[in-house]
Amino acid sequence: MEGTALGIQLAYVVSAALFIFGLKGLGSAATARRGNMLSAVGMLVAIVAALLDQGIVDYTFILGGMVVGGLIGAAAARMVQMTSMPEMVALFNGFGGMASLLVGVAAISGDASVFTLVTIVLSILIGGVTFTGSLVAWGKLSETISSGAVQFGGQQVVNGLIVVAVVVSGVMFCMNPDAPVWLIVMIALSLLFGIMAVIPIGGADMPVVISLLNSYSGLAACAAGFAINNNILIVAGSLVGASGIILTQIMCKAMNRSLSHVLFSGFASVSADETEVEGEIKPISVEDAYYVLEAASSVAVIPGYGMAVAQAQHVVKELMELLEKNGAEVNFGIHPVAGRMPGHMNVLLAEADVPYDQLLEMDDINPRMETVDVAIVIGANDVVNPAARESEGSPIYGMPVINVDMARTVFVLKRSMASGFAGIENPLFYKENTRMLFGDAKESIGGLIREFG
Amino acid sequence: MDAVFLTFILMLSIFLGFELINKVPATLHTPLMSGANAISGITVVGAVALAGTGQKDLANWLGAGAVALASINVVGGYMVTDRMLAMFKKKEG
Repeated sequence: MEGTALGIQLAYVVSAALFIFGLKGLGSAATARRGNMLSAVGMLVAIVAALLDQGIVDYTFILGGMVVGGLIGAAAARMVQMTSMPEMVALFNGFGGMASLLVGVAAISGDASVFTLVTIVLSILIGGVTFTGSLVAWGKLSETISSGAVQFGGQQVVNGLIVVAVVVSGVMFCMNPDAPVWLIVMIALSLLFGIMAVIPIGGADMPVVISLLNSYSGLAACAAGFAINNNILIVAGSLVGASGIILTQIMCKAMNRSLSHVLFSGFASVSADETEVEGEIKPISVEDAYYVLEAASSVAVIPGYGMAVAQAQHVVKELMELLEKNGAEVNFGIHPVAGRMPGHMNVLLAEADVPYDQLLEMDDINPRMETVDVAIVIGANDVVNPAARESEGSPIYGMPVINVDMARTVFVLKRSMASGFAGIENPLFYKENTRMLFGDAKESIGGLIREFG
Repeated sequence: MDAVFLTFILMLSIFLGFELINKVPATLHTPLMSGANAISGITVVGAVALAGTGQKDLANWLGAGAVALASINVVGGYMVTDRMLAMFKKKEG
């Protein structure tokens, strides 16, 4: 190995180490920002090293691509609303997948070994599925297309046939790498499969899907690394792949569902809801809610996707300050799948300047729920549904939930009694200690703030 | 031999990835995901070699496209992660 080539490989080693330190840093809030910087430096080292490759004779295309991509990426990162973070991550995942697909295609050459051809097939397949799957996920999250689960009779059969066709076209391609027809068929089928795989999954399951696509974008990079014989792609790609898989597992566990159940059946196909509800709905006015809050010494706020939709995080923070000034202890209970991506609520509340040590995970807030005077549920539904604990007939029975019904009083901020996304009955609304505060969450909280003022 | 060597690297990195990320608190899941997403833009490293052949053929154009897409991923991913992490604050005092 001559000098430059050796130097490039050594630079990749440095950059791999920086990625590892970077990910380690992301493991704690105190070091996360530095970790992200380290990982960015690692990326810079890898890119500079790659640019020194002596096979490169013309930098026009490279610089052109980098400038265009960099500007788009920078603009998107600056302008995106924190509430739209899931959409953006989905879109970025898709771009990563497409990049790997393109690298796979460009790596095809007549004299490639069978092993290389197989890895090319994998990078095209995973990259293609990641690309269209992410676009569909983006469409569902941004409500560009219906966020509901799209299901039709024989869906499993159709998908099974697509998988078979993908495998066949992949094998045919490996046997005839010079015939473009199999390549084109394989790309088309991969793209189609990405769409088919994500359309049957409903909006509430999006945290799982995004985590999984995140993992795929890493695995696609990994496969591309095999195709072009590049270590750093394999290392970085598999680190990302592993992180996506872990998040996927956490999300599935938090919903008490297996991954295959999320992927292959929406809530719609679950046996009918047999939850029996007793009691009646008791609405409360903003004024009465204020009197209860004013007397409370311990308050827990449980946010859900509805808080993001209503953009209510800033007024929530304002209310928190008023309550604290009034001598109450305020904590937030965050369910792992609240929102549309893992950690979505935490980011929104951080944006509103809520200190992260007041954001408690489900297992930390549940034991102290009995000592809470008022639990305020803002735009959350399934994640606080006591049917998950009590009613064996409920589709979500067994899912870990935040036990708000154990608090002395529960306020549920909700637009109307129209049933939620999954259409599952929520006995919480009918409990003795529950009061419904109907209306837009942002306006209701604004009303409470005015009462304090 | 190359194949075995690369597969070895793959196996070790996946285990390392599991160990590294297993203990990330839920608060940081979104930044972790977007930060990991930025890392998956590493494809840019593979793409530059293909975009720089100077052949002006299809592979060359595909390489340029891959560089652009992966750059969106890298630049956007790191910047947005930093923007998010800058907002995470501990309680004062």
